[in-house]
Amino acid sequence: MNAPAHSVRSPLLSARGVSRRFGGLQALSDVDLDIEPGEIRGLIGPNGAGKTTFFNVLTGLYRPSSGSIVFDGAPLPAGAPHLVAARGIARTFQNIRLFANMSAVENVMVGRHARTHAGVLGAVLRGPGTRAEEAAIHARAHALLEEVGLARHANAIAKTLPYGDQRRLEIARALATEPKLLALDEPAAGMNASETVELKKLLLDIRERGITLLLIEHDMRLVMGLCDRVLVLDHGERIAEGKPAEVQADPAVIAAYLGVPAQGTAA
Amino acid sequence: MGARGYFGTHPAQKWVGVLLIAVALACVPFALAAVGQTWVRVVNLALLYVMLSLGLNIVVGFAGLLDLGYIAFYAVGAYVYAILGSPQFDLHLPFWISLPIGFVAAAVFGVLLGTPTLKLRGDYLAIVTLGFGEIIRIFLNNLNAPVNITNGPQGINLVDPLKLGSFSFSKTEVIAGLGFTGPMKYYYPLMLLTVVIIALNLRLQDSRIGRAWEAIREDETAAAAMGINTRNIKLLAFAMGASFGGLAGGLFASMQGFISPESFSLLESVSVLAMVVLGGMGNIAGVILGAVLLTGLPEFIRFTVVPVQQWVFGRVVVDPEAIRMLVFGLALIVVMLVRPAGLWPSSIRKRELTTGANEASAEGSPAGSSAVSS
Repeated sequence: MNAPAHSVRSPLLSARGVSRRFGGLQALSDVDLDIEPGEIRGLIGPNGAGKTTFFNVLTGLYRPSSGSIVFDGAPLPAGAPHLVAARGIARTFQNIRLFANMSAVENVMVGRHARTHAGVLGAVLRGPGTRAEEAAIHARAHALLEEVGLARHANAIAKTLPYGDQRRLEIARALATEPKLLALDEPAAGMNASETVELKKLLLDIRERGITLLLIEHDMRLVMGLCDRVLVLDHGERIAEGKPAEVQADPAVIAAYLGVPAQGTAA
Repeated sequence: MGARGYFGTHPAQKWVGVLLIAVALACVPFALAAVGQTWVRVVNLALLYVMLSLGLNIVVGFAGLLDLGYIAFYAVGAYVYAILGSPQFDLHLPFWISLPIGFVAAAVFGVLLGTPTLKLRGDYLAIVTLGFGEIIRIFLNNLNAPVNITNGPQGINLVDPLKLGSFSFSKTEVIAGLGFTGPMKYYYPLMLLTVVIIALNLRLQDSRIGRAWEAIREDETAAAAMGINTRNIKLLAFAMGASFGGLAGGLFASMQGFISPESFSLLESVSVLAMVVLGGMGNIAGVILGAVLLTGLPEFIRFTVVPVQQWVFGRVVVDPEAIRMLVFGLALIVVMLVRPAGLWPSSIRKRELTTGANEASAEGSPAGSSAVSS
């Protein structure tokens, strides 16, 4: 947070040799990834390349079969999503996972869980400390809704919101955890062109606030226009990494997407 | 959700409201005693069931964990109280020691049940909890050998009533010119504890913990990603729910003076669950309504079946016991058909059952794992 973009050379996140096997399927093999503070990093690859698996390992939903991830100077706990969130990694989900029957503002309030403390006694006694904390949770949640442009819908039930708004609500909820790294799994999926433009603006704003972004995205225009660097996965392996334009021209990447052998006549 | 919302906003108005309700509640036993002492007993029983259903509501309604063995915690509370206050071991501890011990013991058992079932949801969790309830009952039934702890199927008799010094809550006596019977006296501590439990529930629901329970109920994976320690928060739900059950159990043992494993059958678990579901899962007021109705209705039917038959047919055609459960079952079916979310549903449950459940949200994905694996 306190390190402005690119001024510190030690990476915010450093994954080394991350592998994950599901029975006979090697979903991830030996993936390395360094993310600098303040950058917007893309993670792309054809369907089934292991992008979401990588997210799930990163955020503690899966334990890696091997490999390790260092985040913000210390190893990330494996297989403990709530500890990962507390360390400062927040995420959204590919197929939106809001608390569907709760209101928009309640969804964001849940996001404050990791940064607040009231326990059973606090809740029951409701002393000045707890009341102040609750008021702060409320205020912060409303401010975040304002930021993502959902202030009007604060009391709407999450599942009744239009698709694009649900995606933005998920981002607001993730921001409520005060992340250093925000991991977005296909944030533009299902959005129309104008919604995507707004999303891009929102993501740039988030970066301005000093939050590093990692995004899986299939909308190549968005990836190319937004990401500083891109990592390409295919069949669980890292096949290319670099600036969007470099990656776009990489024969291995083209082959992975179009299904032509790398040594063939493509490109 | 606090008391402020229910009465006026002015503090004086609020206290007048609280006072009026307190006076009304204090008069209830006298009004009922005018009709018959039986009804005082029915109301006392209803209060116990309110405590039980509010406890179960934390587990089922708030955290969304289906528990079919809830009565086990009631049994733990009752037996702890009975063992500590009866000729069984001649301990005769005062209630202000044995009730809290029962409360804590039930919470410990809640965690014991919760720990192995953390990864289970829905049907699987229901079956394990059902088994747990039966295990506790069978233990109580058999723990009379080699060391006689529970006195087996004969149960424990002569359990101490609530007693404060020489004042016993079970004796009939005249206080300040008013005649009190045992049940009428019992009504007051029961009502007091019920009010405390209601207040605890209201505050828990509208708190960081309450939101965490709700989030787990909605989507456990997303809840964990928001920093909620799902293991601890679920265990907390089990422990809190169980402890209220344990408290009710202790009060039950002291009120009845006798307990046996028979009082803690699967049917009891199902009854309490029916109160929660029929009243309106997740809504505290609804759950209270469900508990009062389901305790009162069978008694009401019991007392009306005979006179109604005599009036209609001139004689008793059907045995009241037989028709009682028939009418009761029919009433349950009708309510669930007409109001599937319960008589007085929580707003969240109503949304779930009314607005399109198959929206493009996480709703459609089966519990937990599917979305992670894509």
